[in-house]
Amino acid sequence: MSIAKPLPHDAAALHVNGSARYVDDIPTPHGTLHLAFGTSPIAAGTLNSMNLETVRAAEGVIAVLTADDLEFDSDVSPSAHDEPLLAEKTVAYVGQPTFLVIANSHTAARKAARLAQFNITEGTPIFTIEEALTANSRFEDGPRIYSKGDAVAILETSAHTINGSITMGGQEHFYLEGQAALALPAENGDVLVHSSTQHPTEIQHKVAHAIGKPMHAVRVETRRMGGGFGGKESQGNALAVACAIAALKTGKPCKMRYDRDDDMIITGKRHDFRIDYTCGFDSDGLIQAIDVKHYTRCGWAQDLSLPVADRAMLHADNAYNLPNIRIESHRLKTNIQSATAYRGFGGPQGMLGMERIVDHIAQTLGMDPAIVRQKNYYASGGSFPGKMKPQTTPYGQDVTDSIILELTDALMSSSDYSNRRAAADDWNSTNSIIKRGIAMTPVKFGISFTLTHLNQAGALVHVYQDGSIHLNHGGTEMGQGLFQKVAQVAASRFGVPMDAIKISATDTAKVPNTSATAASSGTDLNGMAVKVACDKIRDRIAQHFAKLHNCTATDVSFSEGYVRVADKNYTFPEAAQLAYQARISLSATGFYKTPDIQWDRIKGQGRPFFYFAYGAAITEVAVDTLTGENRILRTDILHDAGASLNPALDIGQIEGGYVQGAGWLTTEELVWDQKGRLRTHAPSTYKIPACSDRPDIFNVDLWDGENPAETIFKSKAVGEPPLMLGVSAFFALSDAVASCGPTFADLQAPATAEEVLAAIGRTQNV
Amino acid sequence: MNVSFRLNGKGVELTNVSATTTLLDWLRIDQNLTGTKEGCNEGDCGACSVMVTDQTGAKALNACILFLPQLDGKAIRTVEGISAPDGTPHPVQTEMINHHGSQCGFCTPGFVVSMATAHLNGDTDHDVALAGNLCRCTGYAPIIRAAEAAENASIPAHMVEIPPILRTKSNEKDLIPTDLEGFANWYEANPDTTLIAGATDVGLWVTKHFSDLGQTAFLNRIPELRGISETDDEIHVGAMTTLTELLETMKTRYPSFATLIKRYGSTQVRNAATIGGNIANGSPIGDGPPALIALDATLHLRKGSKTRQTPIANYFIEYGKQDRDLGEFVTGVTIPKVADNLHCYKLSKRFDQDISAVCGCIWIEVNNDIISKVRLGYGGMAGIPKRATHAEDALNGKAWSEDTIRQAMDEMSKDFAPLSDMRASAEYRMQTAQNMLLRVWHERNGETTLVHEVTA
Repeated sequence: MSIAKPLPHDAAALHVNGSARYVDDIPTPHGTLHLAFGTSPIAAGTLNSMNLETVRAAEGVIAVLTADDLEFDSDVSPSAHDEPLLAEKTVAYVGQPTFLVIANSHTAARKAARLAQFNITEGTPIFTIEEALTANSRFEDGPRIYSKGDAVAILETSAHTINGSITMGGQEHFYLEGQAALALPAENGDVLVHSSTQHPTEIQHKVAHAIGKPMHAVRVETRRMGGGFGGKESQGNALAVACAIAALKTGKPCKMRYDRDDDMIITGKRHDFRIDYTCGFDSDGLIQAIDVKHYTRCGWAQDLSLPVADRAMLHADNAYNLPNIRIESHRLKTNIQSATAYRGFGGPQGMLGMERIVDHIAQTLGMDPAIVRQKNYYASGGSFPGKMKPQTTPYGQDVTDSIILELTDALMSSSDYSNRRAAADDWNSTNSIIKRGIAMTPVKFGISFTLTHLNQAGALVHVYQDGSIHLNHGGTEMGQGLFQKVAQVAASRFGVPMDAIKISATDTAKVPNTSATAASSGTDLNGMAVKVACDKIRDRIAQHFAKLHNCTATDVSFSEGYVRVADKNYTFPEAAQLAYQARISLSATGFYKTPDIQWDRIKGQGRPFFYFAYGAAITEVAVDTLTGENRILRTDILHDAGASLNPALDIGQIEGGYVQGAGWLTTEELVWDQKGRLRTHAPSTYKIPACSDRPDIFNVDLWDGENPAETIFKSKAVGEPPLMLGVSAFFALSDAVASCGPTFADLQAPATAEEVLAAIGRTQNV
Repeated sequence: MNVSFRLNGKGVELTNVSATTTLLDWLRIDQNLTGTKEGCNEGDCGACSVMVTDQTGAKALNACILFLPQLDGKAIRTVEGISAPDGTPHPVQTEMINHHGSQCGFCTPGFVVSMATAHLNGDTDHDVALAGNLCRCTGYAPIIRAAEAAENASIPAHMVEIPPILRTKSNEKDLIPTDLEGFANWYEANPDTTLIAGATDVGLWVTKHFSDLGQTAFLNRIPELRGISETDDEIHVGAMTTLTELLETMKTRYPSFATLIKRYGSTQVRNAATIGGNIANGSPIGDGPPALIALDATLHLRKGSKTRQTPIANYFIEYGKQDRDLGEFVTGVTIPKVADNLHCYKLSKRFDQDISAVCGCIWIEVNNDIISKVRLGYGGMAGIPKRATHAEDALNGKAWSEDTIRQAMDEMSKDFAPLSDMRASAEYRMQTAQNMLLRVWHERNGETTLVHEVTA
């Protein structure tokens, strides 16, 4: 069985010697042209004209296109049709593409793109939440409201109430490979696009529109991305569309890749949020009612902001049973980059808001926040004796699979939490400069696209007559190890070794109408679709050999490289050859759709999620009270990946997700100036965690259990949930800050050294 | 210009290359060696790391801000040359696979090169060797496990390079001078030339600002400008000495300065960047000058045949303006050898590979509980690296006490009016610059004052 083995990433051997190919590494035909966008220097205004003479005259420039030169509708939005490829009459953020340079080299294109003179009548830009609320600048006509119970009434009668607010910054994806696309013109005006995208079908769809052709005229291929994290769900559209248009106009292959600064200035990031809350609770810390307001800056275009803000609301409970809650969500339109998908997709923001409330309760009551958390958890799945009904989420979904209580118990004990908590308190009572903090936070993350129809996948499997197997599905590989996990599924269905399976690039000509590889769903959906396809072929082979040996198909087994029937063992290649000669079809498609889900996003009621993934983390930090500098000393994680298909790859997602989540909440700070210009647009100014920022001691374990839902081999999705384990680092900092004074710490995110020092100052203000 | 070097074991002779062609573009575009990746094109992510060997040894460098003329006479190994010629993986490659050290794989070639270079040099301080390689997927833990697992593996024979013989091939347009006197006279007559030392800053003028550098001169071949020499009471550091070389000397002499240098850029940046470049470009946020000011270092300049010296603090006049004549250049810096009283503190958003928000270097001598000598050099607090003279006055000759320190902290607000920017606010800069004085007090009292001194 290849399932559950800790096999390395399918391309690990290619990664380490530099032969794994990314879009910019594909050998290109002679004469390939290179593209760059010229971008708006103004955040809001009327684009009267552009003087592009110097751009056109620049060395190496072949052509320059503006919106007027686009023959067909070249919208690149994934949702609301509100993102023209090139700005038309208005500009809406600094960095918005306004013209396209086609040149004979990447550098020539970039260089020329800087030379335009703009005639823009500046408007009044909207940057802040307050400005957007005043101007009623928003997507959808008003706030979305989901509720359960009667939060407003219960708040009036609660023994204790608290009010507060937490801001949390956005996050740059900082995939190491920037956005890239390459379009090769084909006969009859068709086009082949290589794109670094999580969503080849959408690239195909947007390109087809932009060249005025049906989708069948466009083939999109994606072998791998150098990181995605949601940043390549919709943000690659513009490059692919630009390349296709330019390729058809010039008749030459066209390639575009964003330089790092351009990438950070042009593309969207994680949504920043402010969350205001009022919470009522009793003297034991049991939560009675919460009234919470989410404000998010969506940027200039809608992109995926509605489902992101929805998911934030859907995670406003995190792992807690909240009898009364009202969640109000404002999706604000602002003149900055259009915020987009980012690992967790609003979930982290909703969860951070909830965890802040619990932290505030604990500090108000003088209790250990870990205890308050455990007190408010959802009851364990299966423990609903007699007529007791399962607890429900604020949106009416029964929580029947919770393991957060027992998972937390196990982690608290394996990490020696109690003794370390006491040791940190001791340290803090005797040290004046360096303070310690420790915190446990849980994760409960809903798995499924909330747009129900996206929960489908297809696969294409061929068995060749020599027994080798070609595997294709709609998921894309961005480093998460999807291809390997799915190949493990295929190998196990045929009972063949892994090297019998050829993993091939995602290709819209092989599997159509795919969903983005997003929402952690890659393995759940594509693994199942591949299993279905493999089983079709397997059943045909089994029936053939059953007939040959006068038995039933169920008597034929596939294991250890053999097809076994009666007393006979055929090697898999022999069996494939015999099946071929018997004219058995050895190719099949597979299709899967997630069962049992339905969701009304306007009412906020239904079962949006097939199941929940759980985890918990305990982080210990040290904080310097002279500067706010801080460091993670130790992290312990216990995470639920169900029955893991590949524990090594899953642990990789957990370690990496944690560090990325901790980065979001600590050193990763996006700064815009008064004019709306992003000032942190390169690694010199935007600081993702570096090597020494990982925890000194980093213990990561998988929860030993199966997914009660019928998923592929009872595994659970693991892409996004671990990012939210990084929340524990933020609350460890909050804990250290709290030790500095009597007033509630009120730490804001990202907790840069500067913010930590400011919070220490606030906590000492009596 | 003509350049020759060895690439992955094979000799390469290039004629008529542009002086500002980066090694990365040449590898990827001209050679189709696409294993070396472009992640940022500014020397901050390490995806383009290559190993370069010269007479001083093998070093990891960022190919994106390395110009071809800087490689003349050297041996280069890219990720494609890390496996043995017969394809046998290098031990770090094997361990990266075994320990799941790659996910998306895009940063991996850079990591592999940095790791293989450290392995060759017997360097097991992995956090330092890899501080200049960013990974967004793994959280680094499996990469460090791989590096540790490869520590004791023997060095593959092909990794040991003997660099080719240096050959001088320069012409008028792109000068690579080899003698100090000749260059000094030439530069006096051609003062508009762009001088290129390690190119860790000038590289970005090309890759990000598209500047035309005009006439260039590469200074890496002038022996008199390079290296460290010591007398009984002085350390002389040539302008072209790299930060890596300076770090080694400072480890024993002024360890706090060494700790600061260890956080200057990354291994790749320190292997290229020179102390002369760090001083001469006059940046208000360079990390060398505050320490050199606190150390009362002397700067050496030369114009034609005339040489002169100046206290380093006087070199920085105002933002963008230094005490350097047209045609004059920095030849080196002299650091006094005295009993160590230096405390250097670098404050940045991220601990490693970040530019300082504030860099405070404090020299403070205490005799019989009286402060007998003090010199405070700060970066990030003004348009130039600058002394905090009011704070110095509040300390000099006063009793060594927390009270005195706090008075000096108050006085410091007269020394600086820092800016707010994406790295820090003005208020935070001032507060932390003041607190650095307080840190000295607590540190000398034996208290734990740094987060890096504590463990779980």
